[in-house]
Amino acid sequence: MSAIATETTKAAESTRTVHFRIKRCDGPGKPSRWEVFDVPVPAHANVISCLQWIAANPTTADGKATTPVVWESSCLEEVCGACTMVINGKVRQSCSCLMDEYAPNDGDTITLEPMSKFPVIRDLWVDRSRMFDALKRVRAWVPIDGTYSLGPGPMEGPKESETRYKLSECMTCGCCLEACPQYHLETDEAAWATSFIGAAPISQARLFNEHETGAVLKADRLEALMGPGGINDCGNAQNCVQVCPKEIPLTESIATIGRAATFEAFRRFFQSR
Amino acid sequence: MADKRVIVVGGGLAGLAATIRIAEAGVPVDLFSMTPVKRSHSVCAQGGINACNEVARQQGYSEYQHFDETLYGGDFLADQNPVLEMANWAPRIIDLLDRMGVPFNRTNEGRRDLRLFGGSLFKRTHFAGATTGQQLLYALDEQTRRFETEGKVNKFEWWEFLWPVIEGEGSDKRCVGIVAQDMRTMQVRAFRADAVVMATGGVGIVFGQSTNSVICTGGAASRCMQAGAWYGNAEMIQVHPTAIPGADKCRLMSESARGEGGRVWVPRKPGDTRDPMTIPVEERWYFLEERYPKYGNLVPRDIATREIFDVCVNEHMGIGGGNMVYLDLTHMDPDYLTRKLGGILDIYEKFAGADPRFTPMKIFPAVHYSMGGMWTTYEAGDYMPDAPMPEHVPGTPPPVDAEVGRGMVRGAPNNMMTNIEGLYAFGEVNFAYHGATRLGANALLSCIFDGLFCGEGVVNFVNNTGRSAADVAPSVYEAVVKQEEAKAERLIASAGPGGGDDPAYNAYIIGKEMGEVMTATSTVVKTEAGLESCLNTLAALRERYGKVRLSDTATWTNQTLSYARAVGDMLILAEAIARAGLLRKESRGSHYRTDYKDRDDTNFWKTSISRFNPDTGSVDVSFEPVRAGLVAPRPRTYGKDTHKETEKKETVAAG
Ligand SMILES: Cc1cc2nc3c(=O)[nH]c(=O)nc-3n(C[C@H](O)[C@H](O)[C@H](O)COP(=O)(O)OP(=O)(O)OC[C@H]3O[C@@H](n4cnc5c(N)ncnc54)[C@H](O)[C@@H]3O)c2cc1C
Ligand code: SF4
Ligand code: SF4
Ligand code: FES
Repeated sequence: MSAIATETTKAAESTRTVHFRIKRCDGPGKPSRWEVFDVPVPAHANVISCLQWIAANPTTADGKATTPVVWESSCLEEVCGACTMVINGKVRQSCSCLMDEYAPNDGDTITLEPMSKFPVIRDLWVDRSRMFDALKRVRAWVPIDGTYSLGPGPMEGPKESETRYKLSECMTCGCCLEACPQYHLETDEAAWATSFIGAAPISQARLFNEHETGAVLKADRLEALMGPGGINDCGNAQNCVQVCPKEIPLTESIATIGRAATFEAFRRFFQSR
Repeated sequence: MADKRVIVVGGGLAGLAATIRIAEAGVPVDLFSMTPVKRSHSVCAQGGINACNEVARQQGYSEYQHFDETLYGGDFLADQNPVLEMANWAPRIIDLLDRMGVPFNRTNEGRRDLRLFGGSLFKRTHFAGATTGQQLLYALDEQTRRFETEGKVNKFEWWEFLWPVIEGEGSDKRCVGIVAQDMRTMQVRAFRADAVVMATGGVGIVFGQSTNSVICTGGAASRCMQAGAWYGNAEMIQVHPTAIPGADKCRLMSESARGEGGRVWVPRKPGDTRDPMTIPVEERWYFLEERYPKYGNLVPRDIATREIFDVCVNEHMGIGGGNMVYLDLTHMDPDYLTRKLGGILDIYEKFAGADPRFTPMKIFPAVHYSMGGMWTTYEAGDYMPDAPMPEHVPGTPPPVDAEVGRGMVRGAPNNMMTNIEGLYAFGEVNFAYHGATRLGANALLSCIFDGLFCGEGVVNFVNNTGRSAADVAPSVYEAVVKQEEAKAERLIASAGPGGGDDPAYNAYIIGKEMGEVMTATSTVVKTEAGLESCLNTLAALRERYGKVRLSDTATWTNQTLSYARAVGDMLILAEAIARAGLLRKESRGSHYRTDYKDRDDTNFWKTSISRFNPDTGSVDVSFEPVRAGLVAPRPRTYGKDTHKETEKKETVAAG
């Protein structure tokens, strides 16, 4: 096992210097500033391992002592969504951002910024509570009868389960919202209900509508997506689907929910007469 | 009664399952987590979750066989009754997850698909692609959100548990709440509760690089230990055979890769530098298949890990002379692989830059899981044979049925309660079920089982205890708040620009050195000399930690403070792991001592119990007999073929 340590030390022998330009902010309402760090980067490094180096060596390129950069992370294998940030102008997970790809040469520069569609907590750490709130609004769950032993769930063909699996891989990372021209930063919680909800929760509504038991709440989900901030605010720019790290078919979901919503509107119109 | 509340610390599978069960029974839950619960470490689990199922049953498998395998896998160190109850519940748990909408892989007929996993000859692992943990966690997260909208669950995300609030002395001690800190505002606050469930997961970060998430420091468990909770089998740390070494973390290559047919090999010629695809089959050494003809690549993890270690470190047969072996899937249909293993193959491709469908993966062992954890008790169920049973033969009738209550009494208030009344430990943070090695795909099961089954006991405890946390004097809470504020203030006061300058007192450097010494001495192979020097190093690190200096004075979202505080707690947990390892003078499961190579049931068929000694500031270890009587221990050989090899080979945990 010490073998691993030797392996990393060996790699550490040949490092290159990469300039990290990082947009920093001490807290909500505080001004932003840029700081540059010169980081010795070994082969196979990623943005997180470099941020970890900065945390242990918080000195800027011009030799000024500063505070460690703050960011959010958990799994380090692109499955939890925590570490999302804007890297060289593009939103993505930082743990899967390999330095060999983004800054292959000595002297290269890489730029890190927090996502702009969510309030900054500090530095690269943003508050995505609004995304979890949206999951409540679209009732993203299967309304089971309780946790007692009641036998298996509904049978499902392999194709259906594969479709749901794909949708269910959404890790609430927010890339699709950051890239969407219709989705806006809302610092006031009261505006969440009427500002565009974005692609991810729309796709989650589809996920649960497609489950036999989940479909019981279909009308409620559509209702939530038919008003202001709902499906009609989507401009069909398709940026969302291009940046989704899990390759979730977001535009397909939007179209599916759009059709269902239209149908639901008709149904209600005729029912109300 | 109406004002009774429960606190659950941790929103992984164990914490969320507990939350759902308790909230459903009408007791409000305050749920604490350092991350939004949907981002908890459980999301990393890839391979699957074990349960007896109809197909396996008709081939001769049973819940009882699952129980027997789990004990054998754990080298008989687990208390036996809870394992029986867990195995019996497994099929019910799969059904429940199915009802919650988990997209399990399906067969053509629409049934749940199954795969092979280590330590079993039967297909009994259910899975959702190669991100099973993510899918299970999301299902529980969704149900939790449902209760949240109904006002039954109150989430405190980005809050760090700092200390349990304990009232009373001696055997009258009981847990009446917690003190926690908001990781954004840094506010330290006490919360009252009639019971507290710790579900804070594993300890991987104690070893520096591991397959765990960055929050798996074991800090919360260490704090409970320092407050008087016992810690069981600390030395039992699982090192997973197949991971992708990395600078920030070792990414797991799930056992499912071998379950689906992956083969482990090295070139027969030492230092062979040829492209692996050009090396003919007869020039490859499939050492696991050769040494274990019966289980082949699917021997339990500790065995596979030691064999890989042996081949690389002792025999210098690793790829190109280094410390790596091939895990090969290239003989399989790429489309099949994508369907069954897409998620993990993507991870390899993303982080190692090669497509495992067409190139054998290069892997090496990494610290993965802690079988040890907070010590817990239970109310034994009604099954007790006249004499402990021998190995169960597949296809023969099990000695006991799978009815509820055979292993543990349903709803008993002390199920998975620690030695402190009202303080529970669920999931990876407890020491139950897995003994000296955990079988693949049994962890997700034990986490959810704890929450669902033992959650009921928590409800009964709070409803039936004559006391109420609401009556506890405020001073009890204030004292703990003061203690934690003082700790934080001392750390912040040490800070200042350049505070991290001197590496001797830099928390990150201390943490790194701890990880290095723990990995070197307390993982795959252990010796008395190694563990003694490890304890000395840990003592020296604690000296330095006493003068630790932070580099961040911020009173807003100070992550350095949180990490530095955890380093102090990890050093104490590390001591427990090393000291229990030193005192367990035998080899058992994942604990392999080159100076005591055999299992010693006479002296060590015992649980190690670590207790923090407030007078000396260090950890005392004692041994208590395992609660057994259901199955007699037998040698754990996995049918190793010792004849094929002529050279002297270290026997693998036989005995
Ligand atoms: C890469 C990988 C793959 C795996 N694959 C499998 C598999 O296929 N099958 C299987 O059975 N097992 C697998 N395991 C093991 C399994 O995933 C874990 O044992 C299990 O998920 C642990 O769940 P948990 O609920 O106990 O804790 P976790 O999921 O670790 O959750 C811990 C929770 O506690 C919180 N927490 C921690 N400390 C504090 C604190 N101080 N204050 C507040 N909150 C805190 C965290 O925020 C988190 O919410 C795998 C493990 C790894 C690392
Ligand atoms: S398609 Fe709709 S949701 Fe997607 S980026 Fe465009 S406007 Fe946003
Ligand atoms: S849909 Fe994709 S981009 Fe959007 S939150 Fe989910 S995983 Fe992220
Ligand atoms: S840390 Fe989980 S996605 Fe990057």
